[in-house]
Amino acid sequence: MAVAAIRVLVQQEDFKLDDLMARLREAKPQIGAIACFVGTVRDVNDGDSVSSMFLEHYPGMTEHSLELIAQQAVSRWKLEAVSIVHRVGLLRPLDQIVAVLTASAHRQDAFESCQFVMDFLKTEAPFWKKEQVAEQSRWVQARASDEEARKRWL
Amino acid sequence: MLLHMRYFASLRETLGMEAETIELPAHIEDLKELREFLAARGPVWADAFAADKALRAAINQELVKASAPLQDQAEVAFFPPVTGG
Repeated sequence: MAVAAIRVLVQQEDFKLDDLMARLREAKPQIGAIACFVGTVRDVNDGDSVSSMFLEHYPGMTEHSLELIAQQAVSRWKLEAVSIVHRVGLLRPLDQIVAVLTASAHRQDAFESCQFVMDFLKTEAPFWKKEQVAEQSRWVQARASDEEARKRWL
Repeated sequence: MLLHMRYFASLRETLGMEAETIELPAHIEDLKELREFLAARGPVWADAFAADKALRAAINQELVKASAPLQDQAEVAFFPPVTGG
């Protein structure tokens, strides 16, 4: 079996899902299913109106961590390709933050692995959000529900 | 032992520092002991590294357990639980 193609991008710029999808599928007629998750900036968090947020990360470790997560997915499901794109820097409501695409011959591997990648990204990849609420900025707190979501795969 | 320290997010702000190189006393060999060493630097550090504070750590850019062993010249990072995605 061919080795699954893993692509990881950490960038300030926005991304186009069509472009990510085209690159993922390129010259891979064995793909029959692509699952795709896109996370976007909400205008409300914990009951407060959010005007913007800043995404800090740990350059080097971030890319390494996302690659490790993708590799774990590849070793667990039958996948042809995995793409992870995560933005950093200043973001506003409606902006895209993250995209995860997983491609497989059949849908179940694609669906499950896409969730797996997001659950681990949320709890292991070194990103931190600081949101602007009215005149104040505050660090977003990690949620216990994200840790629970990760544990179901262990 | 010489360590290259990195601090991120709210921890970086609290400490007013994002990176430093520190020389450790010989008896400090693991991450738990390093945390206690840092907590002894003053009130701000004591609060930031208090045992009940949820902090994560990485050695040479890989997540590690709270009691992981240290190596000379390692890059050691402390940060709050992550919130990406």
